[in-house]
Amino acid sequence: MAEIVQAEGGGGKHQKKKAKKGHVHMDMTPMVDLAFLLLTFFILATSLSKPKTMEIIYPKDETDKDKQTKVADELATTVLIGEKDEYIFYYLGKFNPDSTTLFHTDYSKDGLRKVLIDRNKRINDQVAELKIKLNNQEINDSIYSKMYGKIVGDSLAPFVVVKTLPTSKFKNVVNVMDELNITNVKKRAIIDMGDSEKIAMRQKVVELGLNKK
Amino acid sequence: MPKVKMPKGAPSLDMTPMVDLGFLLVTFFILTAKFRPNEPVIVDTPRSTSELALPEKVMLVTIDSKGRVFLDITGKEVKRAMLEGMLVAYPNVKISEETLTRFSLLGTFGQPIQRLEQYVKGDEKVRAAMDARDDAGIPVDSLNNQLGDWILSGYQAFMYDAKDKGFTDKQLRTTDGLRYAIKADGGTDYELVEKVIDIFRDKQIYQFNMVTSLEGIDEPVVAAVE
Repeated sequence: MAEIVQAEGGGGKHQKKKAKKGHVHMDMTPMVDLAFLLLTFFILATSLSKPKTMEIIYPKDETDKDKQTKVADELATTVLIGEKDEYIFYYLGKFNPDSTTLFHTDYSKDGLRKVLIDRNKRINDQVAELKIKLNNQEINDSIYSKMYGKIVGDSLAPFVVVKTLPTSKFKNVVNVMDELNITNVKKRAIIDMGDSEKIAMRQKVVELGLNKK
Repeated sequence: MPKVKMPKGAPSLDMTPMVDLGFLLVTFFILTAKFRPNEPVIVDTPRSTSELALPEKVMLVTIDSKGRVFLDITGKEVKRAMLEGMLVAYPNVKISEETLTRFSLLGTFGQPIQRLEQYVKGDEKVRAAMDARDDAGIPVDSLNNQLGDWILSGYQAFMYDAKDKGFTDKQLRTTDGLRYAIKADGGTDYELVEKVIDIFRDKQIYQFNMVTSLEGIDEPVVAAVE
């Protein structure tokens, strides 16, 4: 196997003691074995990728009523997350138990994302324009992030309220937040679902037969 | 016709380049290796399209699907100081010097402080058994809010350590400060995650990094080193 084959040193003419003739062999097999063992170990023991994270900023507790964020009804979209993956609904504007209709949707590309893209069309168009400018190197990264913040923080930008049940699954909340990130909706809040909304959601679930699935 | 001479003995193959390469790789992996820290519970994180990496200096709260809470913080000096801070808040709990050192080398942990000594002193089997208990996890009730104390103690330990290392206030406020990550199982009830978040909010911490795995790409399967 692997071995060092050492050529005989030159200038042997004047050497009195004659070195061993031929080659000096050193068996390196154990060392090489060990090296590969280590290699295997380190390949298996290292984690290759760092986990990814999603940043979420929660609001400060605001007891002062005047400082609480007020949302114009026509800008508001509310997403209701139920306890099962299929239980996801949304409604537009203010909730009124008699007249509000809940729409059923899902977490796929054509579900909630489409709704939010439509809802946030004006902002998305502006962001797309900005991205083109960035790609053409008309603006640099820092200007881009400044302008982006301005666009998504526009006072007329749509606002999305995510309402959860105590038993809503965490992955569904993350899913919705992810959709909001994709569709550039930065004005959002996560709050607990009200009783009247719970009732409306239950009715809708039964109406659509989702509970039988 | 000349006779074809057959080579005598074993044919020798020069493997020097391969061995060289082997050693190069060994060196590379040894230098870049960061061992996977001890994970008492397996958590299936939800997927997202976010590509933000987990921050370097982080207090990581793990919540498993049953809502049990586990904690870890970057840096072994910080971790040691965090536990020392907890001992001030819980004077009845006695923890030996040896346990302190062992604790600082341990990865994620999730035990009430009263059982921590037993947990840290135990071998892997003892620890696994304690982690499997339903009442494992750091208490988060309003009456026995140990997580809140851990957070406070961890923050103080981190700040003290960072100032010791020469970070300025401005650096700590912007780029080099302690970040808070929450690694929750996708199937956890949101209520349980919210409870942990509320404890953080109570301490004026509002910004979190939710640990997710990248959508569309399966997590690399890496054999755990037992």
